[in-house]
Amino acid sequence: MAGRDEIVDTIAGFALFADLTTPQLQEVAHIFEEQWHPAEERVLRQGLSGSGFYVILEGTCSIRVDGEERATLSRGEFFGEVSILLGEPPVADVVALTPLRSLVLAGSGVEPFLVRHPQVMYRMLQASARRLRNANRWRS
Amino acid sequence: MAELSERPFPPGDYPVIVVGSGPGGLQVSYSLGRLGVAHAVLSADDAPGGMFRRWPFFQRLLSWTKPYAPALRGSRGYERYDWNSLIPNEDEHRAVMPELMDGSSYFPSRPEMQQGLEAFAARTGIAVRYGCRWEATGREDGAAGERFVLETSDGTYRCQVLVLAVGVAEPWRPETPGMELAAHYADTRSADTYADKRVFIVGKQNSGFELATGLLPWARQIVLASPSPARLSVNTHSLVGIRARYVQPYEDHVLGGGVAILDASIDAIERRSDGAGFVVRTRRSDGSGEMDFEMDEVIAATGFVTPLRDLPALGVATFGQSRLPAQTPFWESASVPGIYFAGTIGQGSRGLHKHGIPANSGAVNGARYNARCLAGQIARTHFGIEPARPEIEPADLCDIIADELTSGPEIWNQRAYLARAISFDATVGVRDDGIVPLAWFVDASGPNALAVTLETDGSGEVYPVLYTRLGGLIAERRLDPHPLLDYRTAAARRAINEVLGQFGLGLG
Repeated sequence: MAGRDEIVDTIAGFALFADLTTPQLQEVAHIFEEQWHPAEERVLRQGLSGSGFYVILEGTCSIRVDGEERATLSRGEFFGEVSILLGEPPVADVVALTPLRSLVLAGSGVEPFLVRHPQVMYRMLQASARRLRNANRWRS
Repeated sequence: MAELSERPFPPGDYPVIVVGSGPGGLQVSYSLGRLGVAHAVLSADDAPGGMFRRWPFFQRLLSWTKPYAPALRGSRGYERYDWNSLIPNEDEHRAVMPELMDGSSYFPSRPEMQQGLEAFAARTGIAVRYGCRWEATGREDGAAGERFVLETSDGTYRCQVLVLAVGVAEPWRPETPGMELAAHYADTRSADTYADKRVFIVGKQNSGFELATGLLPWARQIVLASPSPARLSVNTHSLVGIRARYVQPYEDHVLGGGVAILDASIDAIERRSDGAGFVVRTRRSDGSGEMDFEMDEVIAATGFVTPLRDLPALGVATFGQSRLPAQTPFWESASVPGIYFAGTIGQGSRGLHKHGIPANSGAVNGARYNARCLAGQIARTHFGIEPARPEIEPADLCDIIADELTSGPEIWNQRAYLARAISFDATVGVRDDGIVPLAWFVDASGPNALAVTLETDGSGEVYPVLYTRLGGLIAERRLDPHPLLDYRTAAARRAINEVLGQFGLGLG
């Protein structure tokens, strides 16, 4: 296996894409681009416009606000959607903690993609709700 | 054999070895030479030209050179309109391409491009050992420190720094059942041999549309298929998508002329039992079901991968469909220090990729600046050759920035990827740091500094962005776009001066 076939197999197991058919997964593998970052490299930069939506294929990264780690994310998780949905630059840095392989979709491609695949939108809402609940728990 | 013995760079130990004699290899060699970095250039080909010796199949390049342009031919600003000439320091070697083109098109033919590269190499004195094939790579720790060891068709080479400029040139096809029955793009025959045939093209990128364009007058039916919709560069406002030159099949499709453009995954390709052609089994991306096509010819326009040979075993990390090596902002392997990439492989250094728009590193107009910047980085970090950083009079800053935004070629051809950097260090004054990768600038620490570039967000507008580093914090300031891209206006100067004001400067 190589390239997109491997990506299709990988993302088929992700909650975010769990409702998609194989041709739809192949479409994801075509329209998202693969990226690879070495450990310590910034993937998303706080305050800089024009960033993308990322889904982690392999590795772990750290969400840092003003240099302070707020969370870590790993395989199957995603980031970058908040700034795209709000149309604002990211409010956090995302830094690779290990070599990080991810899929990325440009900000402008996110809305048409989600509208075309409402099941993915629903899964994303679920994940956002979970993050919100956890954030509220920490606060209380 | 007399000729052979005169070939430069016999096997041995060199500070730097550049592999490849396409635009990337030639530009990096030229720039290393002018910086005084000794190096050898090895190429498996017989002459300069790289991929242009074989592709595009239907003869003309996708990058233009305008013989008549708003900027004077041979000036630095002219490089905005001439995407194909390599970039020398000497004025007399500038703008080689327009003098060699016959005027029938502003897209050079392949022979014209080859001649342009040959002329540049000959005039600037670039030496290449042709007919020397890189075959294997290793590493060893010797008396002279760590060395890369290259096995070639001519013998063993050693070097401290390895630069690979070998193109993204190895035909690739997916592992779909029966895909091996399809001819690859690289094996396409002359167009007339497809007369009255039904041709199925796998892939809806430029290479697929290029073939379809060439076959329009010949094929009976053309089907182009891949899972995701075709994008057009005139819609993406970037080099992403099908270039305007190859849109004719798309128009033929929408106006109903016998071309079908399909969003579908290819399940299998089978030879018909009677031996007359193929059956291509597809599945529509929209879920509307399966479709089978009986075709006479199947061509896989499924792209190319980077011919990295055994480098992955050496630890070079790769990613994506083209198996590009992952790279730092200065085009160094992100996993094996000391190995650098020039030419189209430089696409593996993605930069900020703002708004999803890639740099033009896959084309000569972008790669030539990357290569020059890379040569400077190699000279600085491996050989202690510091670049000149001329001092700038603070009163001149606004003019310099306005001029750069209006006519600077590097930031025009490599938008949001390369930037002109200026540093404000109390001890050494205001300095011109030259052209740097923007991704490096925004992640580097250092004195207060400014980086200026041009950007686009896919809306079709090109606008300046000024990045400030003040007290270690990076911020961006977007200027309003000007319809004629003139940033010497009072409004632009006001905005530039506001930014300069943050550095405690800003007159003029």
